[in-house]
Amino acid sequence: MTIEIRPAPHLHAPRDVPLIMRHVVWSLLPVCAFFVYQYGLSALASLLVVTASCVATERLFARTGTQASDIGDFSAVITGLLLALSLPPAFPLWMGAVAGFVAIAFGKAMTGGLGRNVFNPALVGRAFAQAAFPQAIATYSPSFLPGRFAEFVPSTLTWPLMQPPELAAWLKVNRFDALASATPLALWKFEGVITDAEALLTSLSGHMAVGPSPLLILICGAYLAARRFLDWRIPTAILGAAGLTAWLLYALSPERFPNPFFMLFSGGLILGAVYMATDMVTSPVTPRGMWLYGALIGLLTVVIRYYGGLPEGVMYAILIGNAASPLIEKITQPVPFGKGPFARLGKTRMGASYPLHPTYISREDAGAEAPKKRIFIHKPKQEDRRSAEKPHE
Amino acid sequence: MKTRPLAWEEFMEGVWRQNPVFVMALGMCPVLAVSVSAINALSMGLATTFVLVSSCALISLLRKWIPKEVRIATYIVIIATFVTVVDYLIQAISLTLYEALGAFIQLIVVNCIILGRAEAHASKNPPLAAIINALGMGVGFTLGLFALGSVREILGAGAWFGISLFGDGFQPWVVMLLPPGGFFVLGGWLLLFSFFARRRAGA
Repeated sequence: MTIEIRPAPHLHAPRDVPLIMRHVVWSLLPVCAFFVYQYGLSALASLLVVTASCVATERLFARTGTQASDIGDFSAVITGLLLALSLPPAFPLWMGAVAGFVAIAFGKAMTGGLGRNVFNPALVGRAFAQAAFPQAIATYSPSFLPGRFAEFVPSTLTWPLMQPPELAAWLKVNRFDALASATPLALWKFEGVITDAEALLTSLSGHMAVGPSPLLILICGAYLAARRFLDWRIPTAILGAAGLTAWLLYALSPERFPNPFFMLFSGGLILGAVYMATDMVTSPVTPRGMWLYGALIGLLTVVIRYYGGLPEGVMYAILIGNAASPLIEKITQPVPFGKGPFARLGKTRMGASYPLHPTYISREDAGAEAPKKRIFIHKPKQEDRRSAEKPHE
Repeated sequence: MKTRPLAWEEFMEGVWRQNPVFVMALGMCPVLAVSVSAINALSMGLATTFVLVSSCALISLLRKWIPKEVRIATYIVIIATFVTVVDYLIQAISLTLYEALGAFIQLIVVNCIILGRAEAHASKNPPLAAIINALGMGVGFTLGLFALGSVREILGAGAWFGISLFGDGFQPWVVMLLPPGGFFVLGGWLLLFSFFARRRAGA
């Protein structure tokens, strides 16, 4: 028997990036299946094409050798699925492919690949699509159309670089012209119509222009949280902050603002809170930081929805939260045991910053002496310089 | 290396290896602001090249007489003279182009490529070398602007030099005509350029 002397960590948990990513993909599959059940062939094609575009882009950048990347870690698949779920189901496929490429190329590969991205790649792709194709992304086809498994919505099969055909005209031809092709949020924002919150929660009834059922996403997210593949604090903080803000505004003037349940269950808030904001790379790791991060996103979502120009605000709120998360981590560093404000009364604390893990013993704690800073090794001494200047005088 | 004449090396330095847009990332203000269409980008690049070459030639001729203490002010005066020439020239040739480029023609005065070339090269070298170097830099800058402007016009308006490429059904990428599109395209070109540079260095 050999005894090895090794530095910590000594215990390895049997979980790594591919395992986590695989579980996230599995938990997304019911959501995707429901999405396909709602919207039929168009949604299926959109999911497949966007995901394929993401994976192909990932392969491209891995092949050029600029970064280590493995298709086995499924992270590009997650990006693709989330991006497709956040886009309208009948989004033209070529635009979906462009969004997928931008998501991986600009959201992930450009900053150095998985683990180094600042923003959630799926949201980078969606933000680009929102900025490039504002009209197409606002056109949402109604769910549960008869014959949705037999034919595509025409806008799906638009030729690359061409404009999608008018959805309203197609709906009229097929005698669905009474149906809404605006999302509940757009209906509220531009027409003042508030959809019933319970209908939104399951999104099973009627022909609504909504994404996958929030209830299903919550159930799938709960599985991930129970298995500790995502941190429950972030969705809780986001939904809590968004609900609280919406409820406060509703309490102040119920005729101006919709009720908080409508706010929570409409749009992409639940999907964003459960699957996008909890991305491990772009969210804080400190527990207090997670609460702060979630609260920031929840508050911003409601503020953007109420006071911004666009009906939906989750995407921008999460992107701002991503940008703020290094700062949040910095100001929510846990205090090491024995270093709290009351631990050493009378002793002045030096302004040292401590790493994230409380178990880490810093050099100062271990009593080791820090090497003296010697930046200018060859710096001439004060006297030398004076003697050197003398001859000039 | 030795078979090529030295002037060619000097010229290609600015066009490729030290391209002001893609390698040194200088003069980003006109690059992002004017590159909405190919024609704007090309004319802006040519105007800058003209100012660059003529002011570098003059500075190089006068390099022995310009006092060191006031050299920056002198360079600016020389550059401003040529910018005024270009300003009136473009106004005379095409008023629509002049309006499209707007204040960015006058802002060539403060373009850091020109002042940088004057300070780093023209003030130390004889006129011919300075002209070749400035010409290389100017062509490099024009190429960079043209590359950005072409992508942005093709995707943002479906046209190239105002000629429609895809017909009426084209879906314009709205973002390409907005400032964020400029940043996206510039980022894409920088990515491509550094990829090729790295592969060449590796090979």
